[in-house]
Amino acid sequence: MKLSRKDFLRLAAGAVALAGAGGLVHAVNGPDATPRLRSGQDRKRWGMVIDLQKCHEEKGCDRCARACHATHNVPGIPDKAHEVKWIWNERSADVFPFQPSEYTNQSADAPLPVLCNHCTDPACVRVCPTRATWKRQDGVVMMDYHRCIGCRYCMAACPYGSRSFNYEDPRPHLERINPDFPTRTAGVVEKCNFCEERLARGQLPACVEACPRQAMAFGDLNDEQSAIRRILARRFSVQRQPELGCGPSIFYLV
Amino acid sequence: MRDRLLIYSGLAVFLLLVTFPVWHGLAAKTSAAAPDVRRPAGQTACVATRPYMRKAHMALLVEWRDAKVRRQQREYTAPDGKVYRVSLAGTCLTQCHGSREQFCDRCHTFAGVAVPDCWKCHTSPPAAPTGANTAAAGGVR
Repeated sequence: MKLSRKDFLRLAAGAVALAGAGGLVHAVNGPDATPRLRSGQDRKRWGMVIDLQKCHEEKGCDRCARACHATHNVPGIPDKAHEVKWIWNERSADVFPFQPSEYTNQSADAPLPVLCNHCTDPACVRVCPTRATWKRQDGVVMMDYHRCIGCRYCMAACPYGSRSFNYEDPRPHLERINPDFPTRTAGVVEKCNFCEERLARGQLPACVEACPRQAMAFGDLNDEQSAIRRILARRFSVQRQPELGCGPSIFYLV
Repeated sequence: MRDRLLIYSGLAVFLLLVTFPVWHGLAAKTSAAAPDVRRPAGQTACVATRPYMRKAHMALLVEWRDAKVRRQQREYTAPDGKVYRVSLAGTCLTQCHGSREQFCDRCHTFAGVAVPDCWKCHTSPPAAPTGANTAAAGGVR
């Protein structure tokens, strides 16, 4: 078959257009670079159960928050707009905003502890432009403060408000610095790290250890025999806004 | 030769300016002698050879950082087989080199190389040497 010059040019242009379109489809629709860790029985998935009944019985208790913040050099900044927190007490009605009614209003103000949910499909990880935050194989949503550029996309993405930004140098606001853990610096985002440095040493998270009523249980959600799974099998629990699809790893026993 | 005064005073000013670094150095009592970094007492080897550490400690520190934070490798096996806990303040400084002021800053200041912002977040052991720290720093200061 003899190809005319015109046909040759047509064919070439068509091939280039096809290749370009293929690349575009791949870029838009291609596989997500971050692995999904929803299943995988060989892997750990650290999770936590918080018994709200036990928690409420200790009125005004914030030992979990104090233990965590002392361990991780989280500053106590008086200015609400600049405050940094990893685990803190929040109004029940703000944490579980579904179905408010005149009969449940009385308990709306009861505080309950909230922290990073270490989601299975974390929105913060998806939006981070530098991969300063990522999902570890064991389920911990980790932060690399070295790599954080302080863009705060993760804070906008997180539906739970679990992340704080360092608007100022946190060091002047620390009563004493735990030398075993770095502080942060102005311009980075921080959040609960599930005490990954303690997990590496085989210890429980500081908040779990500090709870006077053992209201918090920590363990591997992928292990059916773990204490946390046995609790979840026995008692009814809720997650924060599971309909958002992030898959929180923190469960509240109601 | 009516301009003699002008020429000599100009020469004097020129000489003063040219030799400014010399007498400024003398006045500031600076010395060209490098900091005397002694081997930490009781330690025979660093995590890598001395020439390597001199040239590439920054690369090693970055490698340690990424290994620990991103790959959860919390131990480092030196070429001689010794295993170290990966920690800037906990291993490098506490076990051998004392503190940031005693170790990092001295060479960085001498060489005029800015100290990277490690210490905005990481905490160095205290600079005021306790007994153990003095021994660890090789009795410097």
